[in-house]
Amino acid sequence: MVQGPLRVDFLTVLADWISDPARWTGATGIPNRLLQHLGYSVGATLIAAAIALPLGIWLGHTGRYGNLAIQITNVGRAVPTLVLILLLFALWPFNVAVIFAALVALAVPPILANAYVGIRQVDPEVRDAALGMGMRGTQLLREIEIPVAIPLIMSGVRTSAVQIVATAGLAAFVGFGGLGRLVIDGVAKGFRGTARGLPEVVWGAVLIAALAVLTELLLARVQRAVTPRGLRRHATPASEIPSASTT
Amino acid sequence: MIDWAWIGRHTDDIWSATREHLVLTALPVLLGLLLAVPLGILATRTPRLATPVLAVSGVLYTIPALAMFVFMIPFTGLTVTSAVIALTIYTLIVLVRATIDGLASVPRDVREAAEAMGYRPAARLLRVELPLALPVLIAGIRIATVSTIGLVAIGVIINVGGLGRLVYSLGFQRNFFMTPIWTGLALIVALSVVADLALIAVERRLTPWSRGR
Repeated sequence: MVQGPLRVDFLTVLADWISDPARWTGATGIPNRLLQHLGYSVGATLIAAAIALPLGIWLGHTGRYGNLAIQITNVGRAVPTLVLILLLFALWPFNVAVIFAALVALAVPPILANAYVGIRQVDPEVRDAALGMGMRGTQLLREIEIPVAIPLIMSGVRTSAVQIVATAGLAAFVGFGGLGRLVIDGVAKGFRGTARGLPEVVWGAVLIAALAVLTELLLARVQRAVTPRGLRRHATPASEIPSASTT
Repeated sequence: MIDWAWIGRHTDDIWSATREHLVLTALPVLLGLLLAVPLGILATRTPRLATPVLAVSGVLYTIPALAMFVFMIPFTGLTVTSAVIALTIYTLIVLVRATIDGLASVPRDVREAAEAMGYRPAARLLRVELPLALPVLIAGIRIATVSTIGLVAIGVIINVGGLGRLVYSLGFQRNFFMTPIWTGLALIVALSVVADLALIAVERRLTPWSRGR
């Protein structure tokens, strides 16, 4: 139905759009959108980790309330982030904290679940050995449980961070910034004829996806770096779904 | 906070939005299965294909949902077809992987026993391997279903129906009218829980041998 975008010269249109110097300056320029996107993502990841890591580790250490926590986070996972953003925005209009809250809600379940499972699945014999050596409470936690659980704990953080980066584009849906703006603004310009808004949409999607992939690669390196040397061989978590772009 | 009278007056809208949401979830998951199970079988049979199949579906999965719906517009317009295609693509990675993992979970002895009993490859696949792969496959279907229920909500950007429209068009865009927003959210969560429980029931039904373990 639309010939424009399907013609071969669409690639030229894409190249022209991105190489226009106007795309690279000012409030609506790509650098600023990227910074906004990173701001939401880094902020939300840090807040989510600050909430979910201590809680998950503590729950795993004591072994209490664990199932309850997992149940609650599972129900939480069923809430689509876009709907959560719309709900919170309706309650507190034009408050950017809404975006952080929604992204944190998205990121807490995987971090919490992985931290809990990671600590829980520390080999009981290893724990017994540490207890036999006289380790207690926080020392056991700091020197045995957390280091052994680090690969799983970090993979939770990585999953969440990638999801956040892929989802932060929704901030634009309620008028905030980030790379999602390219998509939303492109849609607003319309697609008729020679793809007026389409290059913007395509670049927005490509940039968000690329940022998510980069986040995944970077955090995979961090994960390897913080894994104690003795564990590295087994540290690759079994087949994982490359998490991205959910709601 | 909740205008119950509004809900009473709009039961038709709410019901049709819920039905649309169900269809927009069921179709992509079923289409995804139709594509993913053969792909998974193929990848298991020909290990050389496993990496490219997983890589392609993995890359498609990284496309932000916001943009995936929009990409469909030049091809299929502002239609339900666009939404169904976009959502089907998202189910692929989970379902292909679940098929591969499920087939890999079949114990080697069982496979050899089936072969020794004279099963041909096709019959062995259909009557021995696939049934034994069901628990893992259904676990994948559960993930795909619940995440699709959530993704359907993003369809509001291309104006497809479902509970996202209830939240957006009837609530958000009408001066932040909270009743449809809460209603839509509650129904989405309820749908996810019910769908998940239903799939667990299906699994118990289809794998009677694993009961009572």
